Amino acid sequence: MKENRTKTVARYGLLVALAMIMSYLEAQLPVFFAIPGMKLGLTNVVVLVALYGMGYGSAAVINLVRIVLVSMLFGNGMSLAYSLAGGILSGAVMMLLKRTNAFSMVAVSIAGGIAHNIGQILVAMLVLQTAALGWYLLVLWVSGLVSGAIIGVIGGELCRRLQKILI
Amino acid sequence: MLETTNSKILRTCKSSSCRSDNTGRNDKRYMKKIKWRRADIILIAALLAVGGILAVVLLLTTSSGDKVNVRVAGTVTASYPLNQDASYWIDGVNGGRNLLVIEDGTARIEEASCPDGVCVHTGRVKRSGQSIVCLPNQVVVEILGENGNESDDIDITVR
Repeated sequence: MKENRTKTVARYGLLVALAMIMSYLEAQLPVFFAIPGMKLGLTNVVVLVALYGMGYGSAAVINLVRIVLVSMLFGNGMSLAYSLAGGILSGAVMMLLKRTNAFSMVAVSIAGGIAHNIGQILVAMLVLQTAALGWYLLVLWVSGLVSGAIIGVIGGELCRRLQKILI
Repeated sequence: MLETTNSKILRTCKSSSCRSDNTGRNDKRYMKKIKWRRADIILIAALLAVGGILAVVLLLTTSSGDKVNVRVAGTVTASYPLNQDASYWIDGVNGGRNLLVIEDGTARIEEASCPDGVCVHTGRVKRSGQSIVCLPNQVVVEILGENGNESDDIDITVR
């Protein structure tokens, strides 16, 4: 255990850095997504890889650290609230589903994507003090499903190819 | 180290037909390794079904609206009829502005000061309960139905 400490630190750093790069890349994509909160969620690849490659605790830590860092770098207080709600909810859902051992990575990722969007909608309802977000919920539900599936496939590939580094 | 890696690989292809897989070159084999389990299909079907139900509920409970409400930071600041073509500037928070255009019974944001332009990209809305949201300016443009009520089915579906 102890001799791997340096390695663990390096892995955390690697994955957090990767998550931040993903966020940056995603921020550079043109806004063809018409709805706030609708996005590919590339950073979720990293959380997924951490969840499967390193375990629950590590995934939670990496998830939180990257949310805070990315919000400080590219966002503001408001975007921190949105990211936190989405990130924590999706992280929790993915951990629970993985824990059951009944689902494949793609299904876990899909549920996580939807949970992320629901978290964001909940914050939007609080911030904007309106309940009239039903149509957004539908759009984000579907987009969470689609992007979750894409991310799940990418995450699965990444996990397999990074096995030697991660384990 | 090598042993753990190998055992992991063996575990991942326990049930599929792949033999040893250390090269990682054969992409077809990689494709095959996404194993769908029954629980996956049930979960994904359930999530799709909820989405479908949501769509049906929204379509059934909302009709073409006839009023546009403008909310800034949660309070209704203006209300316009949807059947009169017009355009208005909305003053959001922190000096942000959005140009609301009402045309042919639909509402859209034509122009906005916010950096992301999400509200502009949202396009036209016309069904009661639909809305355009500009987060940076904290502006919400909502379509209301004949009775002037927001559709509050959302309270049921978000849980």
